[in-house]
Amino acid sequence: MAAAALRDQLTALLSSMFSQGLVDEQFQQLQMLQDEGGTPGFVSEVVTLFCDDADRIINEIATLLEQPVVNFDKVDAYVHQLKGSSASVGAQKVKFTCMQFRQFCQDKSRDGCLMALAVVRNDFYDLRNKFQTMLQLEQQIQAYDPKQQ
Amino acid sequence: MATCRSRGVERGGAPHVLAVDDSSVDRAVISGILRSSQFRVTAVDSGKRALELLGSEPNVSMIITDYWMPEMTGYELLKKVKESSRLKEIPVVIMSSENVSTRINRCLEEGAEDFLLKPVQPSDVSRLCSRVLR
Repeated sequence: MAAAALRDQLTALLSSMFSQGLVDEQFQQLQMLQDEGGTPGFVSEVVTLFCDDADRIINEIATLLEQPVVNFDKVDAYVHQLKGSSASVGAQKVKFTCMQFRQFCQDKSRDGCLMALAVVRNDFYDLRNKFQTMLQLEQQIQAYDPKQQ
Repeated sequence: MATCRSRGVERGGAPHVLAVDDSSVDRAVISGILRSSQFRVTAVDSGKRALELLGSEPNVSMIITDYWMPEMTGYELLKKVKESSRLKEIPVVIMSSENVSTRINRCLEEGAEDFLLKPVQPSDVSRLCSRVLR
């Protein structure tokens, strides 16, 4: 596929991520920082760190919620971490789900937490797929012209 | 992107900022923002590591630390820096994702230069350039 077509595909993907509320202006700030600051790979680094971190945290939360006696303070601390990482990368939908999740932690509701975990996991997987496609497209574009990135 | 020069910086060099955050994502973001403003950045994941680095690196122009970290909070790091005759002149900026006025006041009373809400924006760093590193 020609570089121009790949760029169009990337632009359409990013546009859909914004319109679906998956990412917000914070993500845009990171992109601007990369473009204006001449720091290639910055967005890729942050996104990769976020995906690894979020995956780890979601697994930790799932393990905690399987325990016979749930330590809701610990669950809340992990959700707080995930909310912070999401806000920093501009993962708006995951961030909002985390805010609702924290309410269930404060209410000490196992059922509520399990429901919120399913939602946050779904939102995160959806976003991670989009981020992975975004990074692949960027790599393909870069392969056409390394000076572009 | 605005750049930042300050006094107390090695001639011809960029201000050296020590960024402290236990979140790898937040460390990457704050480091990226600082570097885009021409700061030299060292990022560490705990207050303990920050104090170790300050023990061997005398030319730190500013410390920017997360508030909520395990083992040693940003507030505790701030207190240790301000209690040290050797380090107390280094400006310390606290970051937090929560806008808790008692927390903010506590840090400012202990000598913090500023309190930034996360996620930190490039405009926050520009403000620090003019306020803290003037």
